Amino acid sequence: MPSYLFWLFSTIMLIGGCAVIAFRNPVSSAMSVVTCFVGLAGLFIGLSAFFVGVIQILVYTGAVMVLFLFIIMLLDLTDEQKRAKGFAPLAAGLSLVIAFLVQLIGILSNTPDKVAPPLDAATLAGAATHFSQGGIATALKDGRLPDVQLIGQTLFTGYNLPLQILGVLLLVATVGVVALSKKQAE
Amino acid sequence: MASLNDYLLVSGLLFAIGLAGVVLRRNIIVVFMCLELMLSAANLSLVAFSRFNTVNGLPDYKGQMLVFFVITVAAAEVAVGLAIIVALYRARQTIHTDELASLKG
Repeated sequence: MPSYLFWLFSTIMLIGGCAVIAFRNPVSSAMSVVTCFVGLAGLFIGLSAFFVGVIQILVYTGAVMVLFLFIIMLLDLTDEQKRAKGFAPLAAGLSLVIAFLVQLIGILSNTPDKVAPPLDAATLAGAATHFSQGGIATALKDGRLPDVQLIGQTLFTGYNLPLQILGVLLLVATVGVVALSKKQAE
Repeated sequence: MASLNDYLLVSGLLFAIGLAGVVLRRNIIVVFMCLELMLSAANLSLVAFSRFNTVNGLPDYKGQMLVFFVITVAAAEVAVGLAIIVALYRARQTIHTDELASLKG
């Protein structure tokens, strides 16, 4: 991804993130989260993670944020009033964040930097030798990155048991949500 | 082309924004959204590591597997969390963390 696109999407993402905290109205905050996640999906696609980028849009901005908006609507929330918060919690929160940022910059300045390894047609054709047959090898020889096929192959060969457990987790979450949101018996 | 440290810096900034939101905001729904921001910041680091550490010339898809699992678990967590928030609102008629002080000593 060209550098200016990286900075463009990063800026969209970070402005969206700041707006989440800045807005008083929860609906505006939810819309800012959507902006933030669109920028993030752009970064994912710039990192050649096309599947994850699309999933980010579909699952997060499509499903999760709609769920948030639905709950905001259900609870009929009004704007958060300005209330006297006291100085101490604000100062404690900000100092926590600033300590985190100082530590982050300290670590990153001491970390050896790395440029992205090339992902051009020659590298992909070289990688095709590790796949015996099928669509993956063909696409790699054509100089395309068959992102979804590679993820599918990794998921269903190396990570089959975690995938099944994930299915059970989703089932348990669904049952739990139904049990939680049932009207309590008087 | 942006380097690995650029991605890690942006990811850390997003995490810091989410952390600030969790600590500073009082609306529990906004706190929950900021938790999602923090999870996504971790995802950005994972995808960046996956792209910058190639295996046989391809991105390391183990990192993207973890992202896939994190996204799924986050979706389940959002569903359960929002159900808890709705139950909380039914019980207390408020979602402001300042007013939920029954565990305060």
